[in-house]
Amino acid sequence: MTAMLEVKDLTKNFVKRLDMAGKIAQKLGSSIREEVVHAVDTASFTVDKGEVVGLVGESGCGKSTLGRMIAGILPPTAGQISFKGVEFTSMTQEEGDAAALAIQMIFQDPFASLNPRMRVEEIIGEAPVIHGMTTMQEKANYVGETMERVGLGREYSRRYPHQFSGGQRQRIGIARALAVQPEFLVCDEAIAALDVSIQAQVINLFMDLRTDLDLTYLFISHDLSVVEHISDRLVIMYLGRIVETAPTDELFDKPNHPYTSALLNEVPRLDHRGIDYEPVSGEIPSPLDPPPGCHFHPRCPHAMDRCKAEIPVLREIAPGRLSACHLNDG
Amino acid sequence: MNDSQPTLSVQNLETHFFTKEGVAKAVNGVSFDIAKGEIMGLVGESGSGKSVTGFSIIGLVDPPGEVVGGKVLFNGEDLVQAGEERMRQLRGNRVAMIFQDPMMTLNPVLRVDTQMIETVLAHDKSVSKDEARQRSRDALGQVGIPSPDERLKAYPHQFSGGMRQRVAIAIALLNKPDVIIADEPTTALDVTIQGQILYEAQKLCRETGTALIWITHDLAVVAGLADRISVMYAGRVVEQGKLDDVLDHPVHPYTVGLLGSVPGHNTRGQRLFQIPGMTPSLLKLPPGCAFQERCPRVDGACEADPGITHPVDGRNVRCFHPHLEEAAQ
Repeated sequence: MTAMLEVKDLTKNFVKRLDMAGKIAQKLGSSIREEVVHAVDTASFTVDKGEVVGLVGESGCGKSTLGRMIAGILPPTAGQISFKGVEFTSMTQEEGDAAALAIQMIFQDPFASLNPRMRVEEIIGEAPVIHGMTTMQEKANYVGETMERVGLGREYSRRYPHQFSGGQRQRIGIARALAVQPEFLVCDEAIAALDVSIQAQVINLFMDLRTDLDLTYLFISHDLSVVEHISDRLVIMYLGRIVETAPTDELFDKPNHPYTSALLNEVPRLDHRGIDYEPVSGEIPSPLDPPPGCHFHPRCPHAMDRCKAEIPVLREIAPGRLSACHLNDG
Repeated sequence: MNDSQPTLSVQNLETHFFTKEGVAKAVNGVSFDIAKGEIMGLVGESGSGKSVTGFSIIGLVDPPGEVVGGKVLFNGEDLVQAGEERMRQLRGNRVAMIFQDPMMTLNPVLRVDTQMIETVLAHDKSVSKDEARQRSRDALGQVGIPSPDERLKAYPHQFSGGMRQRVAIAIALLNKPDVIIADEPTTALDVTIQGQILYEAQKLCRETGTALIWITHDLAVVAGLADRISVMYAGRVVEQGKLDDVLDHPVHPYTVGLLGSVPGHNTRGQRLFQIPGMTPSLLKLPPGCAFQERCPRVDGACEADPGITHPVDGRNVRCFHPHLEEAAQ
């Protein structure tokens, strides 16, 4: 069986072009050069149908960029994304449109991702009418059904986004994505902005939708406890590179990569009381100027000389588990 | 001052906001004590009044808000009655605050050393400038900023988010305050950086005997850090007690619901407990218990105001129907 989504050697660089003054300075022999941010660096992973994959990393690690490339919002610099076995760039126009509809994205900020001047019925109903999933006459009913699916009363369809609370707005965002009958949802920090009690409601909604609609999720988050709760498998990123992937239970029981272990140690938990924190030292390096070799080596307690020179390859260390660390060769 | 007296004692504090739509009782009768060296977690969701409680203690509530009742006893002195002049003496000196966004503390156009030396000299004219610089340097070192001598000469924008928060903490520490109020200082930070900050905060309280109020929405952060915990809902502390007691055997239905809705280790694949509905608007609170509309245990009694009771030893609870069966286990 081919995976529903396969990402291979996906890379995204953001280049800050030189302005006029910079170009002239360069012509005159200055050492000014274009700045390149390696947001995502040769990332490869797969997502099977019906699976929930959690993509975890700290800010600036490229997890959102990766999600946006998969959702088709950002074009990759290099590498391939295949959906149901067909590579994005080799799709026909029709296949491309179908894939674009089948992969929907839910954004972090429910305040910024909804047009404040559109009524909810327009926000949710616009795309399905255009794509022929419903008609103008049927729209009101279709929107109502979609709203009820995410736990919003259909009587609210004439309201504007500012008339809703944060949790309700996030439900509108989810309803908008569901309205075009997707198969794959990319959730980018979809619950990070919500209060704890509302967070639980939305997490439960995601889990219900998964069973009801047979959805597949890529769940991007920095919050390990949320990801642990809903994901079948985890992908850990650090500074643009995937450092480890493993089934959730195995990863939490026995993390392989030193960064994963550090991350798991730092996560505050209800059952970790009065702990004497022993933090990982150092800062996250700038993606403008990442350290050579393994990106984690300046902060890693096990760093060897080899780590400073050679980029570790992401390879299988046990069935279903991949890790990129030189320690596994020893 | 004797040791049994709490460093800070907040008694029946009330802060109201007089808005066009009506009076919002953001803090509605909050009481707690903090002893020397103690860390108290003040937990609540957005709009529960936890930050306003912090601002009220340090006297930074702006109109239309006003502290309308209660006492804030700091080593026996009532800060609510203290004049602006006295508050200026205390603020940044004996009582300090750390904000969620460190740029609220830091002036973007002044070098860090200017700001830190100023903070020292403002409260103690007898210190020489060199001495103040030395103290600033030490404070930066204390919060784990590498090469503090050079970093003193940097501007705030030259620091990363985590480092900026450390600078803000270092400034709070400069005059070795008796109380620090920390308002969600790690919420905007990454997990590994948050771990570092929590580590520094904990170490400082243990070493210097500073009392710390840690305001947060994240129960898990408090679980690792605090000695005691106060849970706020709609302007009131609904449950208060020792950390382990409250987290293991919560008795207020809101605390029970909140703890049940935290995802984690043992919950994978299961449905999380969810508190129905949402936080009520402070302008339209029902009479009596503010939680009644979301509470599974509600009955007629809840229409009266729940006073503070002590259903279990060492616990303050505002509820007519506490979960005593759990606490007894």
